[in-house]
Amino acid sequence: MARAAHKAQLTADDGKMDTSGMVLTNANVKPAVAPRPGEEPKMMSRQVNVFYGQKQALFNVDLDIPSRQVTALIGPSGCGKSTYLRCLNRMNDVIDGCRVTGDIRLDGENVYDPKLDVVMLRARIGMVFQKPNPFPKSIYDNIAYGPRIHGMAHDKAEMDEIVQTSLERAGLWNEAKDRLAQPGTGLSGGQQQRLCIARAIAVSPEVILMDEPCSALDPIATARIEELIDELRENYTIIIVTHSMQQAARVSQKTAFFHLGVLVEWGDTEQIFTAPRDERTQGYITGRFG
Amino acid sequence: MTDVALIGSASETGVKLRRPDLSEDRIRRRYAAERRFRLYGMLAIGFAVFMLGFLAVTVVLQGYTAFWQTRIVLDVNIDPAEVDPQNTRLPESLWQGNYQAVVREALRSLFPEVESRGDRRALNDFLSNAAGDAVRRMVMENPALVGTTQRVEVLAADEIDMLAKGRIDRDVPATDRPIDDQQLGWFDKLEAEGRIVSSFNLDFFTTGDSREPEQAGVGGALVGSLLTILTAIILSLPISVAAAIYLEEFAPKNRITDIIEININNLAAVPSIVFGLLGLAVLLGFFGLPRGAPLVGGMVLSLMTLPTIIIATRAALKAVPPSIREAAYGVGASKQQVVMHHVLPLAMPGIMTGAIIGTARAMGESAAVLMIGMVAFIVDIPTSITDPATVLPVQIFLWADAPERAFVERTSAGIMVMLVFLVLMNAAAVVIRRRFERRW
Repeated sequence: MARAAHKAQLTADDGKMDTSGMVLTNANVKPAVAPRPGEEPKMMSRQVNVFYGQKQALFNVDLDIPSRQVTALIGPSGCGKSTYLRCLNRMNDVIDGCRVTGDIRLDGENVYDPKLDVVMLRARIGMVFQKPNPFPKSIYDNIAYGPRIHGMAHDKAEMDEIVQTSLERAGLWNEAKDRLAQPGTGLSGGQQQRLCIARAIAVSPEVILMDEPCSALDPIATARIEELIDELRENYTIIIVTHSMQQAARVSQKTAFFHLGVLVEWGDTEQIFTAPRDERTQGYITGRFG
Repeated sequence: MTDVALIGSASETGVKLRRPDLSEDRIRRRYAAERRFRLYGMLAIGFAVFMLGFLAVTVVLQGYTAFWQTRIVLDVNIDPAEVDPQNTRLPESLWQGNYQAVVREALRSLFPEVESRGDRRALNDFLSNAAGDAVRRMVMENPALVGTTQRVEVLAADEIDMLAKGRIDRDVPATDRPIDDQQLGWFDKLEAEGRIVSSFNLDFFTTGDSREPEQAGVGGALVGSLLTILTAIILSLPISVAAAIYLEEFAPKNRITDIIEININNLAAVPSIVFGLLGLAVLLGFFGLPRGAPLVGGMVLSLMTLPTIIIATRAALKAVPPSIREAAYGVGASKQQVVMHHVLPLAMPGIMTGAIIGTARAMGESAAVLMIGMVAFIVDIPTSITDPATVLPVQIFLWADAPERAFVERTSAGIMVMLVFLVLMNAAAVVIRRRFERRW
């Protein structure tokens, strides 16, 4: 709680940032894409372009996602951050007329390799959506569905164990353990979203993509999810799209700012929020547009 | 504060500030418009209810009497000379006995004054030509009855049935009546003796068609309809659901699928007689399937219901929220798993509704099955889908066409049976639908 307050303070200060910060940034120029030496990025994209029919939604995005950290994608509506997120687990495949070019790699493996099995990819890269979308099934079945289709449990006991650990990790076990047979849609919004997170981690993914996971939730539920994200960071690589800059500042270690389909700037969250290199980033985080 | 400033600046620049018109008159007109709109809706519903009620009342009033059948109570002397001339008492021999003659004799014994040939024929007209069947049935069950006198309720002829039910007006001149004054007198005598009885007409549901109204039943058509509809559902449901799923979920969106889609939609509007002709030419003409069989009728009707179910299924699939698909894709379900595990179960109630609508339409269809020969006069109740049969709407059509007064009530009764059959089928479909819904 204290930590969150501190981060919020940090963000509040951002708004009052003056030009001295800018000078400091300019003096301290680093190449935009530079993985830390000795640390391979979990995911890496180079020259990613996305087209919806004739319209180009993303332009030459180069971005590295570090392992076991939270990367926040921020930017005004329609800037392509969700589009980028959906490229990572090839969710865009199911959209008609969507075309992706460029190179996206997961542990050095090309995600868009025609020989790669999309199902296995999506099992490795889980996803949590903007609106909580539990299956209209029991809480138990919501969690068990993924492990079941991937043959992760050989008997009921193993499945029970997966369900329990997933719910525990998502911080929902205590609330849900007595009502596992009840429909997941009967939970509150925040619980549903944690159920969706539990469902995503049940298949033991390496990366979790979160597309504005808190935008439909109240502040208390949001705080719980943010805490959860912070805990999950130990085991998973997390990429989160958010409209809330405070949230980005609170939960992420890396931040990438998108604007009009272009990745304007990315780097350590603290640096982005205290000393953005680009004017557009500065304008956005100080609330001048977006 | 802001308002004042705005108005000030507006008057200064000379631009007229536009504000909502809050006058009483406007509000009153809005309320009146809303009331009118609601009234139109109520009028429409009222009209629909009135028409339906009128239809139902007419049909019931016309037809309810068909569920009762007039019989004449006679003391029949089962004369061995008539029923078993060879005196063998073997079932084959007893079956062939002339029971009609015994019954006629019993009736004649009540009217000793009837002598002339013409009068005797007029008296015989009281009896259905199946009147002897009741006696035959008794004798077949118990051959020992031969030679004894039994009190039997025998089937009355349709005119007597009509007279007993008050459907023949005694006030019209005798020449315009199917029953003359002499017969009226006999009838009154029989009635006074308590020999005219009316009982529930179970035979109506168990027998097939007949030229004689009092012997005609919907049993054959009912079974025919059931077999036909079952064939149609078994054929059309899996085919149309599979087609709809492929078109909606898997097929690429290109020119060919567009053309297929347009044609399916057009198919829903094709007149049923065309499907009937298609069945006649292809199924009967080319493949040589049996004429007038429920198998062929079901195949033709399944063609007719295909587009309805396909369109309904596609609409139901489209209505499944994309968030559910995304959720399933997100945990790594394959396309087929997404469809089979999530989309299809959620779309099931909608699919069932489409199937109900399609089947209900097929159920009431007559033109298509006329063409493939299900209009023939069929007395036997079909026992398999390859037996010649007829269906309820065609049976109703045939009866409506018949000249006898007694077929009028049977036509209405047939309509009632069909409506009940439809309601039962729909209820069954609703129950199935509920079950699918509850699983979630």
